[in-house]
Amino acid sequence: MNSDIAISAKGLGKSYLIKHHSDLRTTTLRESILGSTSRLLQGKRKVVETSETFWALQDVSFDIKQGQILGVIGSNGAGKSTLLKILSRITEPTKGFAEIRGKVGSLLEVGTGFHPELTGRENIYLNGTLLGMRKREIDGLFSEIVAFAEVERFLDTPVKRYSSGMYVRLAFAVAAHMSPEILIVDEVLAVGDAAFQKKSLGRMEKVAKSGRTVLFVSHNMASISALCDRCIILDHGRVTYEGPSGEAVLKYHGQSSKQSSHVVYQPDQNMADEYVRLVQASLEDEHDRPAVLFETRRPLKIRLTYEILTSDSVQCVPNCHFFAADGRQAFIAYQPDIKPLARGIYESICTVPENLTNDGVFSVGLAITTYREERMLSFVFDQGALTFNVVDPMIDEFRSYGYFGPIPGAVRPVLNWSFRKVESPSKPS
Amino acid sequence: MIEESLITRIEPKKKMSFFEWKEISAYRDLVYYLALRDIQLRYKQTSLGIIWVILQPLVPAVIFAVLFGNFAKLPSNGQPYMLLVFCGLIPWNILNGSISRAGISLVANANLLSKVYFPRIIMPISTLGSVFIDMLVSVGVLAVLMVFFQVPLTLNILMVPVFLVLAFLMGLGVSLIVSSLNVYYRDFSLVVPFALQIWNYTSPVVYSTELIPEKWRWLYALNPTTGLLEGFRWAVLGDAPLNTTMIITTVVFSALLLFIGSMVFRKVERGFADIV
Repeated sequence: MNSDIAISAKGLGKSYLIKHHSDLRTTTLRESILGSTSRLLQGKRKVVETSETFWALQDVSFDIKQGQILGVIGSNGAGKSTLLKILSRITEPTKGFAEIRGKVGSLLEVGTGFHPELTGRENIYLNGTLLGMRKREIDGLFSEIVAFAEVERFLDTPVKRYSSGMYVRLAFAVAAHMSPEILIVDEVLAVGDAAFQKKSLGRMEKVAKSGRTVLFVSHNMASISALCDRCIILDHGRVTYEGPSGEAVLKYHGQSSKQSSHVVYQPDQNMADEYVRLVQASLEDEHDRPAVLFETRRPLKIRLTYEILTSDSVQCVPNCHFFAADGRQAFIAYQPDIKPLARGIYESICTVPENLTNDGVFSVGLAITTYREERMLSFVFDQGALTFNVVDPMIDEFRSYGYFGPIPGAVRPVLNWSFRKVESPSKPS
Repeated sequence: MIEESLITRIEPKKKMSFFEWKEISAYRDLVYYLALRDIQLRYKQTSLGIIWVILQPLVPAVIFAVLFGNFAKLPSNGQPYMLLVFCGLIPWNILNGSISRAGISLVANANLLSKVYFPRIIMPISTLGSVFIDMLVSVGVLAVLMVFFQVPLTLNILMVPVFLVLAFLMGLGVSLIVSSLNVYYRDFSLVVPFALQIWNYTSPVVYSTELIPEKWRWLYALNPTTGLLEGFRWAVLGDAPLNTTMIITTVVFSALLLFIGSMVFRKVERGFADIV
């Protein structure tokens, strides 16, 4: 194992035995005894109980370098939690091995071991020691934890009297102040209100920037792109992709919907009507190179080629429909000043300027709407024709003040601000 | 700094290994806070608090003293019957308390086992904390009773801690077996109270070994608690000579229970998070 590798997993696998006849979790002594005696009595007769081996994780290998932040993406049941549990030593792998260099702190849940009857103070110590901290470490961090959680006044109140917000803040605060060399985090940012989520993400950012190795699992693609250098995608217990986060996020989205930088329409593809036919479309960067990954501070181009099938003096207006990753429409762009055109193949280029879209995955629906004398005649539309990912390089205006949390909204325009001094403080008389 | 840090290897374990003491010791603060939690939860919001800990052994001691000592006139080796019972109840309550509380500790804390890693043995060990506090209170009550009944102090009293420790070790041994099997077979949560009751009847807790006919005493001495309870009485009351065979049986059994318990626990603890 190289000394710059923090976690090295080789062929990790975890299987569970699923019994179809009796449930493993509720085995009773009687069943066990009766089962074995009846098997003895029946001699060679087959046991009715069938079991099946289920591989929650199979042949998972990866390396994480010291100080690197690795994201783990995958749908529910893809094996993310199992992987974290193995690396946290909660459960044992069935196959393979992993080597970990350094002290591991794992955070699979916020507030593990919190007891409603105990006070805030008592819970801080109990939770802290559960996370592997020593009492004197907690003593040293105590005031910092309390300040972060904003619960100073309620330290000696049982946490059952806390509001859910206070509870979550306290729980996260303890966890956020662990200082292991390697931190394993599962979805914990999905707690609390928006303001606290930002605070927690900022804290994670700080942990990450301090050179610690982090393994981070999340459904939140924005925080994955923002925090992680590299990602692995898990699918049905296997690693299907490993690489830079921007591409991993894109790839993950691409698993459910088609995605490419280029689409070509065949004449029989039904992307046409009596007036116009879509020919092809592509995504390009500012240097006209095909691309699917863009930075928020760079423009992107959509090149749409279409054939006008009639000289019937209609206006064929190309338009692009942008959808955010959650499926909501972000905005529509229409080409202005279209005059009636003669038959032929035309090309329209729509430039999405820098600093317009927020970071995240967007899909583009391509459409051509045909008008005649201010009446809409028809509409050719390919929803989700193209998909692209915008990543936040974390160096634009939004980040210049030091805020590294997620920025909500589908767009992130840089607007003009004017600024002046209105009045000087009046001099004391 | 990181160069020197430990490499942990995570892999399917095949070989049997003993507890990693260094690691357990690194988690000793957790033992303290888990024990503190149990103690606090037991007495938080109870208005009488510690009074209950005093009453728990005292009330049965009074009842048995009246029933067996005054009415049935069972032999008590010339000691106040109440003291005889109380001396039996202290080590017995250690056993009873640790087995019944530590026995369910893993199942009761299933959420912790599946969410965070710590040496699993910390769970049953930490529950002994509340048993220890109960024991301290009882020993205090015993001291008061001894003054009240004017029991002369002998040098035997120095052996009291030894027997208390022995009781805890025996209790821990059984708890390790019970707690880990409880994860796999929930029957144990029903079997244990029943078994403890039978064990109580067959141990000299509320009566003296003198009650057992001479020719059956060898058999009776095979019960590991016989030596423990009689030994504790000997240390406190300092009367009858100590039966060394009984004590050896107890020590051997305790060691054996602790060893078997540890082995069973080590064997099954890896699967806890998957089953519990």
